[in-house]
Order: sequence, then C-alpha cells, then structure tokens
Amino acid sequence: MSHATTAPASEAVGRDVPRIDARIKATGEAKYAGDLVVPGMLYGRVWRSPAAHARIVRIDLNGADRAPGVVAVLTGADLSDIDPRYGHALKDRPLIAIDTVRFAGEPVVAVAAETQAAADDAMALIDVEFADLPVVATIDAALAEDAPHLHDTAALTPGLFHGLGKLTLEPGNVCYHHAFARGDVDALFAAADIVVEGEYEFPAVYQYAMEPHTTIAEWISDDEIVVHSSCQHPFLVRAELADLFGVPVANVRIVVPYLGGGFGSKSYTKMEPLTVALARKAKRPVRIANRVDESMVTTRRHGMKAWMRTAATRDGTLLAREARAWFDTGAYADNGPRVVATGADAAPGPYRWEAVKVDAWGVYTNTSPAGSYRAFGATHLQWCGELQVDEIGRRCGLDAVAMRERNLLEPGESVRPGGKPLDADLKGDIRKVAAALDWDAPKAPHVGRGVSVGLLAAGAHPVSTAFVRLEADGTATLLVSTTEVGQGARTVFSQIVAEELAMPVARVKVPGGDTDKTPYDRSTGASRSTTLAGMAVLRAAREVREQLAAIAARVFGLPEAAIELRAGAAWHEGEAVDYPALIAAHFGMVGGELMGRGEVRPDKGSGSYAEGPVFWEVCVGGVEAEIDPETGQVRLRKVVTVADVGKALNPKLVEAQEMGGSMQGIGNALYEEMLFDPHTGALQNATLFDYHVPTFADLPDAFASNIVENGDGPGPYGAKGVGEGALAGTTAAVATALADAGAVLDALPATPERVWRALRTRRDAAAD
Amino acid sequence: MAVETTAPAQAPALRLLRMTLNGRPVELEIAPRELLLPVLRDRLGMKGAKLSCDVQVCGACTVLLDGVPVSSCTTLAYEADGKSVETIEGLAHDGRLHPIQAAFIECGAFQCGFCTSGMILSTKALLAETARPTRDEIAAYLSGNICRCTGYWNIITAVEDAAGRLAGDGEEEGA
Ligand code: FES
Ligand code: FES
Repeated sequence: MSHATTAPASEAVGRDVPRIDARIKATGEAKYAGDLVVPGMLYGRVWRSPAAHARIVRIDLNGADRAPGVVAVLTGADLSDIDPRYGHALKDRPLIAIDTVRFAGEPVVAVAAETQAAADDAMALIDVEFADLPVVATIDAALAEDAPHLHDTAALTPGLFHGLGKLTLEPGNVCYHHAFARGDVDALFAAADIVVEGEYEFPAVYQYAMEPHTTIAEWISDDEIVVHSSCQHPFLVRAELADLFGVPVANVRIVVPYLGGGFGSKSYTKMEPLTVALARKAKRPVRIANRVDESMVTTRRHGMKAWMRTAATRDGTLLAREARAWFDTGAYADNGPRVVATGADAAPGPYRWEAVKVDAWGVYTNTSPAGSYRAFGATHLQWCGELQVDEIGRRCGLDAVAMRERNLLEPGESVRPGGKPLDADLKGDIRKVAAALDWDAPKAPHVGRGVSVGLLAAGAHPVSTAFVRLEADGTATLLVSTTEVGQGARTVFSQIVAEELAMPVARVKVPGGDTDKTPYDRSTGASRSTTLAGMAVLRAAREVREQLAAIAARVFGLPEAAIELRAGAAWHEGEAVDYPALIAAHFGMVGGELMGRGEVRPDKGSGSYAEGPVFWEVCVGGVEAEIDPETGQVRLRKVVTVADVGKALNPKLVEAQEMGGSMQGIGNALYEEMLFDPHTGALQNATLFDYHVPTFADLPDAFASNIVENGDGPGPYGAKGVGEGALAGTTAAVATALADAGAVLDALPATPERVWRALRTRRDAAAD
Repeated sequence: MAVETTAPAQAPALRLLRMTLNGRPVELEIAPRELLLPVLRDRLGMKGAKLSCDVQVCGACTVLLDGVPVSSCTTLAYEADGKSVETIEGLAHDGRLHPIQAAFIECGAFQCGFCTSGMILSTKALLAETARPTRDEIAAYLSGNICRCTGYWNIITAVEDAAGRLAGDGEEEGA
C-alpha cells in the first residue's frame, strides 16, 4: 500500500482508505440481524413441507399451539383478511402455503415461542396430511405437453417492480419469455463457412451468504410495522410489506444492520412477509433466523439449459448467433424474469454480429424458488458463447486472443438496439489478461489457457438519494440507504464526502440504513452503489460545499472565487476559518447544521431496462488450468481478472471485490451444484457437508487482478461499478481453459467425472 | 438438520458449568443439551461467534477451548467445564487491538465480517503452534474456516503479516 505523501489531506478518493467498519468487524462488535434482541422478542421456527407438490388436506397441530413456551402458531388460515400473495415481479407467492405446496421446503406452519428451543421443539408435534400432486422437478418435465401447471398463470398479476414491459402469460409453466432478433439469421447460417452448435447445462447454485436470512418483525399497533432484516433492498421490502398488509408505506420501517454477505440472496423480499405475519398473530416481536438448509430453499441461482449456435466465415469473422435458453425459476418467479432478460442479453456476447436471435424463458418447476445471485445471466451464458468462439478459432487457425481482437465491439458501438453503447475497452482488457497469463509461452501437456469476455447490464433502475449533514463541530453525517453487505460501500461514500468537503475521511460518519431516517435508494445490487448512490452522495456533499463557500464569502467579505476549501476550513491567503466557525457564523450560535440533498434519476427516458443499462459491467477473465488425465481433477494454476472500473475510488476494495467474485466463479465452474431429486423435487445436498463451497484448499496457485481506469463510467469521478464481472468472467475462463486442455464441457460444474468424460470423448473422436 | 427437537417431559436437571471466559471465571447453570455457541451468544452476551452452517464445516462459530479451536455450534457447553474459553471479545485489551486483528484490518482480510471472529481465533491457535507458517501451512490449517467474501488471498497475507507482528518485526511494515 503506498500513499503519496505530497497529496493534500483532503484527497480522499483513489486511495486505499481502510474500511470504516474495519475495527468493529475485527473485534466482533459489528451487529448483524441475529445479534439484535428487541424487547419482548419471541423466537420463530418454520415447519416446511417435505412434499414438492401437494394439496394440504389437514394441518394437525397436536397441541403445538399449547406447548410450553409457544405463544402463537400461524397457518394459511390466519390470512383470510389480506391477499397473502407477493413477488416483486409476479405476485405468485403466498407468504405461507395456502391449500397447496409447490416445493419441498415451502413454509406451511410458523411457530413463535419464548425461546428458540421451545419453537424448535414444537416442530416435532406438527403433523400435516398431504394429497400428492404430480411433481415436475425439471425444466423438461415442466415443459412437457401434459405437465401439470403450477400456477394459473393467466390470472397472475405483475408485482410492484416488474419493470420488464407488458405481461402476457399463457397457460403453462412459463412465467416469462424474453426475445429479440435482428438481421437474417437463417440466411447467414445457411451460407456460413463455419457453424458451431451445442447444448449446455448450468446448475442451480446456492449463494451461501454466510449469514442465513434473519428477520425481526414487530406489529406495533394495527398499522405500524417495524422490521430489522438482513435485506439488500430495504425500500422495496417496505413497499411490498405495505402492499401486502394494506398499510401506508410510511408506517413500515425497515432497519438494516450489517449483513453477513448477500450476493443477491438477500435482494428483494424474502423472509420478511412471513415474519411480519407471525408477529401480527403473536402481537409480539418475532425473530425468524433461517438455518442454512432453510436459506438454501429460500432462494438460489437458476439452473439453465440452453441451445446455441454460432456462424462465422473461414477467416474467423463472426456472423450470427442464435440461442435459446430455459431458466428453472423453481416454484415461484422471484427475480426470474429479470434473470431471464439479463441472460438473454448476455447470450450474444460483446461481438459485432450481422444477425442475432435469442429466446429465453423462465420456467416454473416444483423446486425451491430461484432469484438473484451475483452476475446472473452472464454467468449462465457467457461460457457457452465463449466456448463456441474458441471452437471457431480452432477450426480457422486463430487463437482465442486473435479471435477476440478480430470480433470484439469497440467503445461506442451499439451493444443492443436502443440501449447504451459500449463504454469499455474490451480489446485492451483482453490484452491485459493475455499478458498476465503469459499467453504465448509454451504449455506443458494437459495444461490449457483460456480467456473470456462478456458484458453484464448493470445498475438496475437509476434512482438513489442521499443527505449530507455537516454538524456544528465540523464532522459530517452521511445518510444513504445502501446496504453494507461487505462490499465497503460506506467506506467509499465517506471518501466521496471527504473529497467534496475537503475534510478527513475519519470525520465522516455513515450510519446503517433505516427507512425512517435514511433516504430512498432503489436497491443494493447490480453493482450499482458506487455509481448511482455514490453520485447522489456526491451531489449532496456538493450542496453542502456550496453553502460553505457562500458562508465563507460573507465571513471574509470576499467573492467565493477568492476562497478555497481545504483541510476542514475556508482559506484566503494563509488565513483560515474552520467549518465550525463558519457554521456558528451562519446560525449566530454554536449549533445548527448544514444539510445537502443529492438525487439520481434517469437523465433521459424512463430508466427502464430496455433503455439501460446504466453502464456495461465488463466480465473478463483468464485462467491457466491443468487437468490430471487419469482422474479428471482440475488444478487452477493462474486466475486473472480485469476490473474495468473507470476510476477506482478505493483500489484495495476494488481488488477485494475481484478476488471474492473470482473465487465464487471458481466455485460455480468447478464445484457447486444443488442437486434436486428429479422425481421428488427434494434438495438432496442441503448441508455444507454435501454442498461444497470453495475453501482455502481450492485456491488457485496464483491470482492477479488488473484495475483499468479509463474514466469512462457514469459515476463519481468517472467511476463505474464492480463486483459481479469477475464471477462470470472467471467461470467462463475456466471453461475455455479446460477446452484448451482438451476437455470441452457441455455442463457445469466441471467435476472430475465430467472432465474425465470430456477428455475421453475428444480422444475417442480423434481416434475415429 | 442439526436442530434440537428432543421435547423433555420434565425439565432435566441443570448442571453447574464453571469455566474461564476471556480470562474471567464464569459460573452458570445449564441444561445438558445446551450447546456452547448459544450459551456464549445468548446467555453470556458474546455475540462475536456466529452461527452459519451448524454442522462443523464453516468455522464461523470457532472459539478457543484451552487454546484449541473448536466449532462451538456442535460442542456441548458442558465440555467447557473446567476449561478456559476464549472468544473474539477477549482479544483487544484496553482499546488496543491484538496484532492479529490489526493485521486483518491492514491487509483487508474481510468484507462482510461474518467469518472474521472465527478466522482470527483459528489464526491465533495456528500462530501459537507455528510461529512462522508458510502460505501452504496457513491454507491447510485454516481450511476449516470458510469465507465466502474475500477469496482467501488477503487472509493468508494477513496471517503472514500477523506472524511478523507477533514475532516483533518492524511495526511499520507496508508503510
Ligand atoms: S456454524 Fe459451526 S462450523 Fe459452521
Ligand atoms: S468476510 Fe464475509 S464471509 Fe468472510
């Protein structure tokens, strides 16, 4: 870590400022939802369905409601006064099963008790009689002609934050269809020199934020709800709770403590509605803390199957791509429609096409619901497209870097019609990866090198607000609702405030999100916070700065231009008046505060998904992998990522996002897969024993992250977001590296068995 | 999963648990089935140890029992009887961070912080055994602690840095 000693103290941006929460996290003092105790709080436990698709015939409590310590028991029958269905995209999900269960793990009964042990003990008493319905546990089964329908899709209504255009659902198990086409795909394929075609499968994956979903809810009177929750998007949760329970938005308060990771698993609304309903019934505050096996069936990454083909000329110029992808969204849509749309957008890859045609569907199955996980869509489809680009390269004698030099889009070129043009230098990024991999060096047998490049539509809806308060003693309080999931947002924001107000970072305080106190922010996700909330923070700080300058001008009796703000004071020719003195002069007493407000909203248009994205997040990776041909075991010798961030406001935090995202990419590529029984729909590996999350033992031999700063982002000081690209980029680069080493996979994760079989397939083909 | 569902007809006899917690003697009555993690968190206020996997895989609940790292999620509280228990709350003294904590901060060894207390305590046990572990030794020793956020690189660097600090290397490394 090196700091330029000559830089003035006010220069806060672009430096490796330590996390402002570092100390309390290192000492164990940082409070997460599970560490909080609200006076009078009860402990909840949820009885979950063992059946994946069944009608509830009878719920027999067997005295669970009268068991020692039990205060309240909630079933679907308690919700007759409200419409219990929610879902930000589609209102398809009851907060507790009503008559029917649609996945194994669906809540059927919830118990609140004086102690956790009492709530847990009550579970053993409960007995539910089910009448089985046919289970469709796979995409194929759900799309079969005679498949039972999970929902009456024609009757579904859009959720509060659907945001994906008109909803036209036909009867069946498809909850969303996203399609686009341009150019004459069929003609190009018919005439092309080279056509590569394949079918691919991507597994369902568990985000595994180490802190499972935890919510405390309190129903204060008939119409006031207070929730402490491990949630990424408190304002969207607030709106959904208000809608569900029929209370004004202002009556719902969401307080967000530190989160033990999110990665999308805590985006939108998860356990909050059930916890609020239980608190309403108990007339006491209730906490529901999921166990890991419960969080696994609360949300997950979509499993996907896809078909794709790519056409090219014999000199390696890409012509056309066509793709169809089916995303398994489980029993409820959750964020499925957005995942489907983002996946469809990622299918072509950032290349210059004469024609593309993409169709993607979200499919209901009797498995646990799927929603957001870091880099969704891109992680699903980038590896498929990149394998095809490399295969074309192999057929026409161009290596992977040369193929991309020839075909990648240039900055300013259109990525999709009507959307934001490319705002990154992809060829430069790939050159960096190739250099870091020592691209032209000779390779040992069974060693492969691969690169990958893709784009992710980032930023979600561009609405954020922030307040900056400059207190009478010259310290600043920043009110912003971005959730601190670990990414370091509060630290970066404190740097922005310090930079704008020319004061030390240590004098900026950033409390946690609380919808009663901190202003509206759409969400924490889609790599949007530095770019969008950060811009609101910058504007709020600038408003305060303008007020300071005006006050200083009055105090000095000089024009504003003659005054400089530096090191916590206004200066004119060696004479300084510090901020407390300026504020005192303004109010005529010691006290008061200066307040600035910053807002971000769509500059033009509606900010809709179609007109976006806010920026294109670059998903670039490079991998050198070695395969043991006897066992199919993969060893990663080197992993390289590129963070194309416009401007790194805190380089160390950027690098941290890259390394963490890349490690998750390794997990997605090599190890992680939720296994649902294809007949019963039950999750078979619901513990961390059976579901392997990467550990220290899975580290690559070397890791290199490159930060690219071209100042081309729409955020503060030219910044754009980071955090997701490394995941998709790494997963795809593992696949291309393995292909280079001789194992061309059509399904992930690349388990030793799959790698070994892929090697054999190729050897057998070569022998024919 | 690992949830206690035994519903005793009568409350079982309580037992007296005597242990040293972060250097101070503690006595409390516990039921035989109580696990160490909830006793530490809910009865003794030591919230630094976290519950995650609940099956002794992730290490978020790690505490030191007579200096040895254990998963408190699967350790009976009574196993701590007569022993010394050290939690993250016992590391900093008089507002001064333990060198391992300082190294974790300096090296950016955490993001969300949920794994951090367990990671730091495992590191303390490692460095008590091996003063100057290699990167491979660090990775091997800590393989019972999962971190989903960081990708582990900075943690290994922090452990090396902490080893240097504890061995009395220059205080100003990396300046
Ligand atoms: S919670 Fe104890 S090891 Fe994971
Ligand atoms: S810092 Fe989040 S799990 Fe390690």
